[in-house]
Amino acid sequence: MQKLLNWVDERLPVVDAWNKHLAKYYAPKNFNVWYFFGSLAMLVLVNQLVTGVWLTMSYNPTGEGAFASVEYIMRDVQWGWLLRYLHSTGASAFFIVVYLHMFRGLMYGSYQKPRELIWLFGMLIYLVLMAEAFMGYLLPWGQMSYWGAQVIVNLFGAIPVIGEDLSLWIRGDYLISGITLNRFFALHVVALPIVLLGLVVLHILALHEVGSNNPDGIDIKKNKDENGIPKDGIPFHPYYSVHDLVGVAVFFFIFFIVVFFFPEMGGLFIEKPNFEPANALKTPEHIAPVWYFTPFYAMLRAVTVDLFGLSAKFWGVVVMGGAIAILFVLPWLDRSPVRSIRYKGWLSKIALALFTVSFVILGYLGLVPATEGRTTLAQILTVVYFLYFILMPFYTRMEKTKPVPERVTG
Amino acid sequence: MRKLIFGLFIAFLPVLGLAAGAGVPLDHIETDHTDKASLQRGAAMFTNYCMGCHSMEYARYKRVAEDLEIPVELYEENLIFTGAQIGELMKNSMNKDMAADWFGAPPPDLTLESRLRGESWVYSYLRGFYKDDSRPLGVNNVVFDKVGMPHVLVDLQGLCAVEPNIGKKASVEPLSGNINHSSACPEYATEGSMTGAEFDRAMYDLTNFMSYMADPIKVERERLGIFVLIFVAIFFVFAYLLNREYWKDVH
Repeated sequence: MQKLLNWVDERLPVVDAWNKHLAKYYAPKNFNVWYFFGSLAMLVLVNQLVTGVWLTMSYNPTGEGAFASVEYIMRDVQWGWLLRYLHSTGASAFFIVVYLHMFRGLMYGSYQKPRELIWLFGMLIYLVLMAEAFMGYLLPWGQMSYWGAQVIVNLFGAIPVIGEDLSLWIRGDYLISGITLNRFFALHVVALPIVLLGLVVLHILALHEVGSNNPDGIDIKKNKDENGIPKDGIPFHPYYSVHDLVGVAVFFFIFFIVVFFFPEMGGLFIEKPNFEPANALKTPEHIAPVWYFTPFYAMLRAVTVDLFGLSAKFWGVVVMGGAIAILFVLPWLDRSPVRSIRYKGWLSKIALALFTVSFVILGYLGLVPATEGRTTLAQILTVVYFLYFILMPFYTRMEKTKPVPERVTG
Repeated sequence: MRKLIFGLFIAFLPVLGLAAGAGVPLDHIETDHTDKASLQRGAAMFTNYCMGCHSMEYARYKRVAEDLEIPVELYEENLIFTGAQIGELMKNSMNKDMAADWFGAPPPDLTLESRLRGESWVYSYLRGFYKDDSRPLGVNNVVFDKVGMPHVLVDLQGLCAVEPNIGKKASVEPLSGNINHSSACPEYATEGSMTGAEFDRAMYDLTNFMSYMADPIKVERERLGIFVLIFVAIFFVFAYLLNREYWKDVH
């Protein structure tokens, strides 16, 4: 065994890689519950890839056959129902863990210098994930698949001059059709997963270059022992590998409750209109995107005034795009001398709380039909969402921060 | 550790209990896919009264026969009218274009109807027909206004003269405490062969069958789910102990 390892190691740096990324990757010893979601995101990614590959084996990517082939998977393919529910529940679980993972970053300032690139790669992962989820959602070819895609692709039509041609180019047809389904299938199962995997590798390489942040936001590399090992660091393997195993067990417990007992999650993970095949001539009463897009959808709908001769719809798209784009520049908006929310002032704490509340309520508003009162609320919350970022350079600089300890506090 | 469990639990909280509500009031029922007798009666009812117009084209006869414990010969003899093989999909012989001419729209496939609209909706709809001479077919439905479907079960239920009471609370008999399952229709224009209670029971069976058809794996899925959760719980104990053993060194 040792001989084989040596043989391989002389030709490929496996031992070196193992040490660099696991056995001698020193992570801060004070990770808390928020640090489970990175490895859980990886777990869900693997779940999506494996179940996705098996689903493709029986799925038929044509307008005529897609819906029936999903039911074929659910009824006639052995364990097909399990593969499909693992995949559909996994999609929602992916966003849950990614949102919590991002929130962790916001709380502990994990985007701050020197981790800007980690944050940027993470944001790109999030962006690709949204595209991946959007295109995957068309594949069952149900009513909500169809009309959700119709609404989202039509958004591109709001762009002046090139908009109409652009959405035509995306669809490949004058309306969502089998042609659109085919290209979305290709992108969903081939192109985007490759990009996603590449970005995940970059995300982790960048992380392992500068080292992990921690709930105190302290740079553990400043305090090294005589061997050059951070005093507050412990090897990722075995300490965090066994630690994450516990997180995996708890995650699986909740995940499998959904998969086996509530796969539709009351219409949130699998929307009810999707039990009816796509019909271009029949619009559903209420078109709502899947829950993980609803905060942005609520912002889109919140814009109701035409401005500078451009339609409200266009400005809605701008606001929606801006809401995601502004996250990219976060590392340069935070001017605080400290990273973690633990040592930031009360202004930052209130700002983060307001931001979180506005995001969650916007998510709810995006699910339900708009009324006048709800639209007003969505407008206010959209402003709150943006103010969190726009005012960040000011409140992070002017507030009084607490002194940061030398060593991590557990 | 408690923090971890709590954290993961709240992670899933936001998505609980946000199901969208429907507009019309409905009579709520709980279906039971383990009640084979009810499912068999529902299958017979569906095949005899519904399948002339409505297919269940995503499902196969054989699966129904097996799941409902109906012998194949018996099933072929009594519940397949199209001459289809037992392994085939449950299509029907109605021409969709002609059906669109007759009813305005072709009768929809009903394999997934109970997951599309909900079991309580199906149950309420089936009991929601009433006499309305302003409609082309002479009937309307309290759950589905201006519906294009005739009242197929009129021989069984009779024709309700007024709007049936759907979505009203079932009354409780004050002395016995029994729930009074009085039929939804208070007054009949023509009588049917079933009493109100019998018809409700038959519609429960029919809804139960349609619910089973929409989600045939449900019973097996939930049975397996218990074992999976037990496995994960045991795995958790070992993972937790392993973690505690390793982390003894960390101070």
